[in-house]
Amino acid sequence: MSAMEETSFKEMILRKSPGVGKRRFALLVCITISLLMMLPLAWLVRSSFMEMGQIFIFPPEWIPQPFRFENFPEALTVIPFFQYFLNTMLILVPSVVGTLVSCSLAAYGFSRLNWPGRDLVFGVLLSTLMLPYIITLLPTFLMWSRIGFIDTYVPLVVPHWLGFHVFFIFLLRQFFKNLPKELDEAAEIDGANPLQVFWYIILPVSRPVLLVVAILSGLNAWNDFLDPLVYINSSDKYTLALGLAQFTGLYTSQWNLLMAASTVIIVPVLIVFFLTQRYFIEGVTMSGLKG
Amino acid sequence: MKAPDSMTHISSSTALAERSLDRSATAKSRLSKRQRRELYWGLGFVSLAVGGFVLLKIVPIVASFVISLTDWNVARAPSFIGFDNYARMLTADPLFWKSLWVTAYYSLFSVPVSMAFAFALAMLLNNKIPALGLFRTLFYLPSIIPIIASSILWLWMFNPDFGLFNAGLDLIGLPRQRFIYEESQVIPSLVFMSMWSVGPMMIIFLAGLQDVPNQLYEAVEIDGGNAWHKLWHVTIPMMTPTILFNLLISIVAALQTFVQAFIMTEGGPNNGSLFIVFYIYRKAFQEQQMGYASALAWALFLLICALSILVFRTSHRWVFYHGGDN
Repeated sequence: MSAMEETSFKEMILRKSPGVGKRRFALLVCITISLLMMLPLAWLVRSSFMEMGQIFIFPPEWIPQPFRFENFPEALTVIPFFQYFLNTMLILVPSVVGTLVSCSLAAYGFSRLNWPGRDLVFGVLLSTLMLPYIITLLPTFLMWSRIGFIDTYVPLVVPHWLGFHVFFIFLLRQFFKNLPKELDEAAEIDGANPLQVFWYIILPVSRPVLLVVAILSGLNAWNDFLDPLVYINSSDKYTLALGLAQFTGLYTSQWNLLMAASTVIIVPVLIVFFLTQRYFIEGVTMSGLKG
Repeated sequence: MKAPDSMTHISSSTALAERSLDRSATAKSRLSKRQRRELYWGLGFVSLAVGGFVLLKIVPIVASFVISLTDWNVARAPSFIGFDNYARMLTADPLFWKSLWVTAYYSLFSVPVSMAFAFALAMLLNNKIPALGLFRTLFYLPSIIPIIASSILWLWMFNPDFGLFNAGLDLIGLPRQRFIYEESQVIPSLVFMSMWSVGPMMIIFLAGLQDVPNQLYEAVEIDGGNAWHKLWHVTIPMMTPTILFNLLISIVAALQTFVQAFIMTEGGPNNGSLFIVFYIYRKAFQEQQMGYASALAWALFLLICALSILVFRTSHRWVFYHGGDN
């Protein structure tokens, strides 16, 4: 009796568990959605190689005939690409370094040192994630303009040295919290102070999460639009994002050039993404830890 | 001789008492010394971030409120006008109500749609399909594209005359649309666009799905439940903490939509995409009305606060914390 029950039970599981048909269906849906999601990028690339004449054919054609490679040099002359790239880097590099320094220091102070009020202070800091950026932007803008830093990169860089993106402190703290406490204790017995523990013990084992923060904050700086828009006036100081926006206003209907210029700002991001996508995914996954 | 002796005795006893006091004090201070040391180091470590918090968050919020009580034009000296800006906003500025409506409409529409889509994608990827990594990459990829570039790209795809979408509608025999060039369609079009960049949300959902213990599904199977039962009675309840997290993040992000309005629609047509951040930007940096713009920013801030409180307050009813997760 019980043996019979067991076999039917086994049969039931065997019957239900493989789900080959379901998996095949999921695969098919995945392929379809991938194609649909890549369609805009195909449209981008196809448009960026076309002549003006062909781009205004309807229904649209997919293969550029002929391939017009000149779109790229032309777009890159209208937007002084190398100048803007350099400008973007002048903001991006110090911002990323500043984020790494200020956020990892803070994350260490919020995770591996025990001091009264620590979690309260961190909670208050974290609650600013809910703060709409625009509300602080206006007075901050007035402050920077009062002390004469409008049209410089100072307002774009300095906040990152002050742990501006609390999210990264959160991310690093999550990681630091899960490191074994023995690491610190062993070093402390050897007479190391917290700064030495931080520098010689914690940072070296945290390389992956530091890379995540570097990548995500670099991406932020590359994509940032509102800040440069507000703080930068002279066109020779534009970032790539700002330059591209300005270009859009000037060349409204030259879609092939606009698409070529957009491609140029996207490609570096894609390269970094493909080189480091493990860290991207890891970083985003970590941010959702403990919901 | 006696007196000094007793004096010494007394003094020695007080000295003893003092010493014992001293000892307990040193014990206390040694303990608190360690604590104090941790406190000093802790404050030192967080000083940059806390300094930034005060300088870039607290001071600006207070300043923003003060500015919102003034008539602050760049041209002339600011003058204090009390709550006039708020009165103007609430009673004499139809564009404020319009921008509030547009922002709320977009958020209430795009948050559930993109969350549902991200959830569906995560569920798909949670099947043991081949080339999982490839699909994950492809689904994630659009979200890293700079918003400025994706706005220009979608502007071109929405083009009513030569764009991709009308070509698609033609192909399947549906009437052409004006998308972002028509007031009734602009928000749905932008919601559709927001579905393209749900990558991070999908990854967070996927991580949550992979943490759902398999026994729970097996239990449903043993009870003869089907896929629907699994979804409704296991997956969704187990995922509610993750859903709460994504919900809060995406509400706050949706309410602050800016670049799409700036690049694609300029707030139009007929202010149909006048997102409130775009409106504030216009008031502050194009019309130089810092006082009024700050009042508008406060309206947005209060809206975000109200919504987050609402979500948090109701969360105990629908968020299910399993295990030691909370």
